[in-house]
Amino acid sequence: MNLHEYQSKRLFAEYGIPVPRGIPAKSPNAALDAAKELSGNLWVVKAQVHAGGRGKAGGVKLARTRDEVHEYAEAMLGRRLVTHQSGPEGLPVNVVYVEEGSQIDRELYLSMLVDREVSRVAFIASAAGGMDIEQVAAKTPEKIFTISIAPDAGLQDYQARQLAFGLELDKMQMRQFGDLIKRMYRLYTETDASLVEVNPLIVTKAGDIVALDAKINIDGNALYRQQRLVELRDVTQEDDKEREAAAHDLNYVSLEGDIACMVNGAGLAMATMDLIKLHGGEPANFLDVGGGATKERVAEAFKLILSNTNVTAILVNIFGGIVRCDLIAEGIISAVKDVGVSVPVVVRLEGTNVGKGRALLASSGLDIIAAEDLTDAAKKVVAAAT
Amino acid sequence: MSILVDKNSKIVCQGITGSQGTFHTEQCIDYGTQVVAGVTPGRGGAEHLGVPVFNTMRAAVEQTGADVSMVLVPPPFAADAILEAADSGVKLVVCITEGIPVLDMVKVKSALRDYDCRLIGPNCPGIITPEQCKIGIMPGFIHMPGRIGVVSRSGTLTYEAVYQTTINELGQTTCIGIGGDPVRGMNFIDCLELFEADPDTDGVIMVGEIGGTDEEAAAEFIESNVSKPVVAYIAGVTAPPGKRMGHAGAIVAGGKGTAADKFKALDAAGVVTVRSPAELGSKMLEVLDS
Repeated sequence: MNLHEYQSKRLFAEYGIPVPRGIPAKSPNAALDAAKELSGNLWVVKAQVHAGGRGKAGGVKLARTRDEVHEYAEAMLGRRLVTHQSGPEGLPVNVVYVEEGSQIDRELYLSMLVDREVSRVAFIASAAGGMDIEQVAAKTPEKIFTISIAPDAGLQDYQARQLAFGLELDKMQMRQFGDLIKRMYRLYTETDASLVEVNPLIVTKAGDIVALDAKINIDGNALYRQQRLVELRDVTQEDDKEREAAAHDLNYVSLEGDIACMVNGAGLAMATMDLIKLHGGEPANFLDVGGGATKERVAEAFKLILSNTNVTAILVNIFGGIVRCDLIAEGIISAVKDVGVSVPVVVRLEGTNVGKGRALLASSGLDIIAAEDLTDAAKKVVAAAT
Repeated sequence: MSILVDKNSKIVCQGITGSQGTFHTEQCIDYGTQVVAGVTPGRGGAEHLGVPVFNTMRAAVEQTGADVSMVLVPPPFAADAILEAADSGVKLVVCITEGIPVLDMVKVKSALRDYDCRLIGPNCPGIITPEQCKIGIMPGFIHMPGRIGVVSRSGTLTYEAVYQTTINELGQTTCIGIGGDPVRGMNFIDCLELFEADPDTDGVIMVGEIGGTDEEAAAEFIESNVSKPVVAYIAGVTAPPGKRMGHAGAIVAGGKGTAADKFKALDAAGVVTVRSPAELGSKMLEVLDS
């Protein structure tokens, strides 16, 4: 689950991590009021969407007058912001964050995640802040510093020093930085974060370290014990179909192609997409109906697939392990009848009770194309789609 | 022979009285697995599926001599269950549970270093040595005793690979689903090492997927440590970056963990890769016959 910048910064502030003063606003007038409440003569108006690259997309504006704050908020609110991470349709801007402007001396980069290679929480820091960190990592890996934390010992001072020296901080900043990352480590572990990213972390002209941006993602598996954070969820930033799918225990990801697939198991679902591509087709979605696929789930899955108007054919690929193929076949038959499927459906069944399952499909009187194996299924669905 | 488990393995199921625990333990018993005990705190003294239930793992191990645990408890209690198993002295813990918070696994992984105990999973189908011992949720009937070791990050895709070795009459020594989570117990390398040392394993099928760099690490390991043929497939060539593809671990992040990178690393290490998951079995047959 992703948090907005203003939500992340509120958490930062709770943990004593320095952030600029700011107020979220849902209307241009509220933005104006926010600017009035904030001091100074420079404000930043930031579109709140769940995607990076806002600056380049016009979602971050520097306002020198309060009127400009109103103007920028008006331009952003109610629109969709398209960034290189948002997808072509962009994301709706329902909230802007109005912040006091900062006097920036240096821009640094700081993030936290679980380093899979060592199975530990890690910090990544770089003096090359404000830039795309992936490019920094690719072009100048020597500018990236990482530490990983032993969970029982916790973050150590020497580790903080390692990063601080890497970032070329002075003595006073080093102390601030050490304090900041300790607070951030506590935030990360207490909120079950999967990502905390500050880009940039700045050194102000006064020499203080401040988190100018904040991005927090929370581990979806831990939401049961993060009830307070669950309330921060903003469903307007999520793909409608993916959200609907999740409500039915289906894993769905929209793609650009025209061949829909319905598969049990995440790995097999990915492999099925790859097979479609390998045989000259383009997958329209990733859809894992799970190990315990029931009749109802299969029906929901068909509805979901067909709500994508690009779909010209459907491939159902089920390897029945614990799930019996005859039950899946019944599910497919009733779904095709109830939902009213108008595009060709290719079905490949394998596993438990496969004979019964195939017989049911064959005698259903429905226009279902039976496939012998994986390759046959991919070929048939690609042919049916074109 | 086989690796890790065989007909002598004695299994205790943690969470045996739950619906998942009951269903899958029963399937394991039907397959012929020696399930000797179950553990459900508060249900000690009862009998379930014909085996005694204990309150603690320690009691279960002391009284039945169980040496492998199968964890089928809900995610909020799974980390605790794994550590209880390790502390009870079992040598292998197979955690099927899906949806464990990753920070729980970070702690578990660190704590396990103090024990002589291996972990398979979590979020995995389990491990099976055909016709001897099935610990997990895989369909037993697709397996056949034979010559191939199978190691995979996926569930149903593993069944696919297994089934292909069965219809090609190669059969399997042992099949391990190592799980789809980013922080997990045994990895490709651990399994490859055991398959390499197992005299009955003639070749290994390795099924990876996008996310992380475990397949790249495995490629490096294979190049210098594995003499047996390895046939590999990576799922997720068509997966868009930044999207979680079902498994928590299956996500291409920051340009890392793409299927293309993994294929490249495996090819460079001399691993026989297939671009179609339908060719795993036939390719292995071809490699072994040549």
